[in-house]
Amino acid sequence: MNTNNSNGDVRIGFYICHCGHNIAGMVDCAAVAQYISKLPGVAVSRDYKYMCSDPGQELIQQDIREHKLNRVVVASCSPLLHEHTFRTAVAAGGLNPYFFQMVNIREHDSWVHTDRAEATAKAKSLAHAAVCRVRFHRALETTRVPINPDVLVVGGGIAGIHAALTVANSGKKVFLVERDPSIGGHMAQFDKTFPTLDCAACILTPKMSAVRAHDNITLWTYSEIVKVSGYVGNYTVTVKRKPRYVNEELCVGCLECINACIFKEAKFADEFNVGLSKRKPIYIPFAQAVPPVVVIDPERCLQVRTGKCKKTCLEACADRKAIDFAQKEELVEIKVGNIIVATGFKLFDAKRIPEYGYGLYPNVVTAIELERLVNSSGPTAGEIVLRDGHPPKSVGMILCVGSRDLKTNRWCSRTCCMHSMKLAQLVREHTDADVTVFYMDIRAPGKGYEEFYDKSLKEGIQFVRGRVAEVTDWAMAPEEEGKLVIRVEDTLAGFVRRIPVDMIVLAAGMEPQADAQAVRRMFNMSCGTEGWFLEKHPKLAPVSTFTDGVFIAGCCQGPKDIPDAVAQAGAAAAEAMALADKGFIEQEPNTAYIVEADCSGCKSCLPLCPYTAILFDDATQKARIIQALCKGCGTCVAACPSGSIQQNLFEDEEIFSEIEGVLAYV
Amino acid sequence: MSDLNWQPRIVAFFCNWCTYTAADLAGVSRLKYAPNVRVIRLMCSGRVDPQFILDALAQGADGVLIGGCHLGDCHYVEGNYKTIRRFQLLQRLLRDMGIEDQRVRLEWISASEGERVKTVINSMVEQVRALGPLNLPQRREGWDREMAPHIEPGGASQPARQRAQAEVAHA
Repeated sequence: MNTNNSNGDVRIGFYICHCGHNIAGMVDCAAVAQYISKLPGVAVSRDYKYMCSDPGQELIQQDIREHKLNRVVVASCSPLLHEHTFRTAVAAGGLNPYFFQMVNIREHDSWVHTDRAEATAKAKSLAHAAVCRVRFHRALETTRVPINPDVLVVGGGIAGIHAALTVANSGKKVFLVERDPSIGGHMAQFDKTFPTLDCAACILTPKMSAVRAHDNITLWTYSEIVKVSGYVGNYTVTVKRKPRYVNEELCVGCLECINACIFKEAKFADEFNVGLSKRKPIYIPFAQAVPPVVVIDPERCLQVRTGKCKKTCLEACADRKAIDFAQKEELVEIKVGNIIVATGFKLFDAKRIPEYGYGLYPNVVTAIELERLVNSSGPTAGEIVLRDGHPPKSVGMILCVGSRDLKTNRWCSRTCCMHSMKLAQLVREHTDADVTVFYMDIRAPGKGYEEFYDKSLKEGIQFVRGRVAEVTDWAMAPEEEGKLVIRVEDTLAGFVRRIPVDMIVLAAGMEPQADAQAVRRMFNMSCGTEGWFLEKHPKLAPVSTFTDGVFIAGCCQGPKDIPDAVAQAGAAAAEAMALADKGFIEQEPNTAYIVEADCSGCKSCLPLCPYTAILFDDATQKARIIQALCKGCGTCVAACPSGSIQQNLFEDEEIFSEIEGVLAYV
Repeated sequence: MSDLNWQPRIVAFFCNWCTYTAADLAGVSRLKYAPNVRVIRLMCSGRVDPQFILDALAQGADGVLIGGCHLGDCHYVEGNYKTIRRFQLLQRLLRDMGIEDQRVRLEWISASEGERVKTVINSMVEQVRALGPLNLPQRREGWDREMAPHIEPGGASQPARQRAQAEVAHA
């Protein structure tokens, strides 16, 4: 054990921060400073209003010089927030930054307790522990590891596309990996976008083409990430490239093969049109797909499934020879420095609310289905029609389907109010139908959104406030015959109403992707309780995660609209670029090391390390830790029977002294 | 300290990535919980040496709480599996020493479970309060008295006993 650092003339400076009233409101800071001042080795003990402010940091530096401090303890907020700030301040004062210890008396004390005496006692004991501990601290150096400037973007929706383009435009190489055969995501399915009503395809497809044309972007569609290892700056990622049975380089998107397919009729549900149209086993996802090449559905294609097909598609492709049934699934390994996860959301399945009759009544549709109906390249060429082909005379739109609902999802999906109002305006534009929107609250907080709501009102769209109880086809009056009846308590009028309509549109909310948990484990991220990926700080680090070099953008972090998704994607790209441009990362020196003299060579530690950072040196018959591979978890330290493994910043004696310290004040 | 004023003293070891962050979240969310727990931050629950737990009890803690990431979620892949293994072995040892199972508790709390920090700490404080003080330092004096007749005064075993005591204190 290292004991040579506990001796010498230890001169500790202790500072307790008021944090305005945040700490001082519940903790008697002066009393804590007074208590600490009497502990051995404490040369200075002060309380100050804002330690993280410039004058607060200056105070520390001045004391280091004047009082010859060689250890500093600050009791304030969480070290996860300001440890770096104070280490930098200590370093600027001329001390090694690791002669510093932080005490969390805000998040862990003043904010969570209600009794001033008890909170003060807790602050004293936590501060006492830090003062005990800091005397054992040693000067440490960070190590610099070079950063691979290449960036991986996972998910080719609007967030992923924007992030990839931003990074690529800065001159860095980007790998964009998308699970589906085309990039574009949900936005590609939309007709118009709120609040400007500009056409989604007109603003999205140029970006999609730019991705394909960009020299710095390697686009891999129909591919999934299966494994991620490494750490910030140096990730190794395994990508599974699913066989599309079509050579992307050779296919020119002439679509002759689709016409030639042995299936004369398209009979399989078309994913892009949410099942409203049919496709063949060989198909192109949608007209503007990027890459603009066909794909073969292995579940449907006779040749792939049985090997017994006339392969008329091959004949049609003729000399191009783009169709390749010999394609196999490939695993490709790539190396990147940063990763941007933009894996998006899943739409709430409206069948989970049986009262609304989705799947039971044919004319109950989801908002995304209406979106496809209204789109000129959609299954009806832009005609809004009922299942019988007639245009509806009245349309009801039900909001908060699978949102703000204790039975399904508690969160607000944020876009449904605006999305439904947009659709309502489009329905008014395309048909003569009366449109009634059933809402709980209209949430229109974005730029130009409230104005869009006003416009909806002015265009004669009816708004009924209340959560719809039920959709039924059971007519109780002649005007309800053959209609769908919406039963709702109109909370503004104060009574229950029955409103008959021809078509009902359900604004299904957003949910985390079904495999969000698996994805977050792969990238070592956290999820909130709802399943959205967790940002490092809700306000100050909204696109960072707890894993350095992994950033999040778009709806995988939580429901949001296109402007917010794009803004986040830009932010994530900037964070990744900032790291890449710096060229290196400084690794926290909390790695483990072996005290060779004490190592008995028992090899207990070897199998414990998940990073294979521990080797056994046959020459010396002792274990050896490769610092570059050690991530600093300390698992081997806890297991070493002879106590010969130690961890920088978390040495045994530092922790034992901390235990002693927290229990010293009664 | 009189029994009337007695308050449980609990030392907690929280991993940096999940439980410590969850406790920060509890703070940011202004959840209110019992003030009896003193948290020591470690990078991983896998760093929790069983000696830390024994030492905390030996120094006067009435209970020890360990918090880590959920199984499968460890920031360091599998550190918490090592924790659970050591924890179960330690529980057997503690049982033999007459220390109740409820005094040492292992909980998985993810970074988003601020609410769970509150409920776990409150229930931990209540269960230790129900058990009463552990008083291990005083008990150790009792054990020493039991040993006294077997030790020759000033004999060769004296330094060995001191050494043993020192080891218990840091064990």
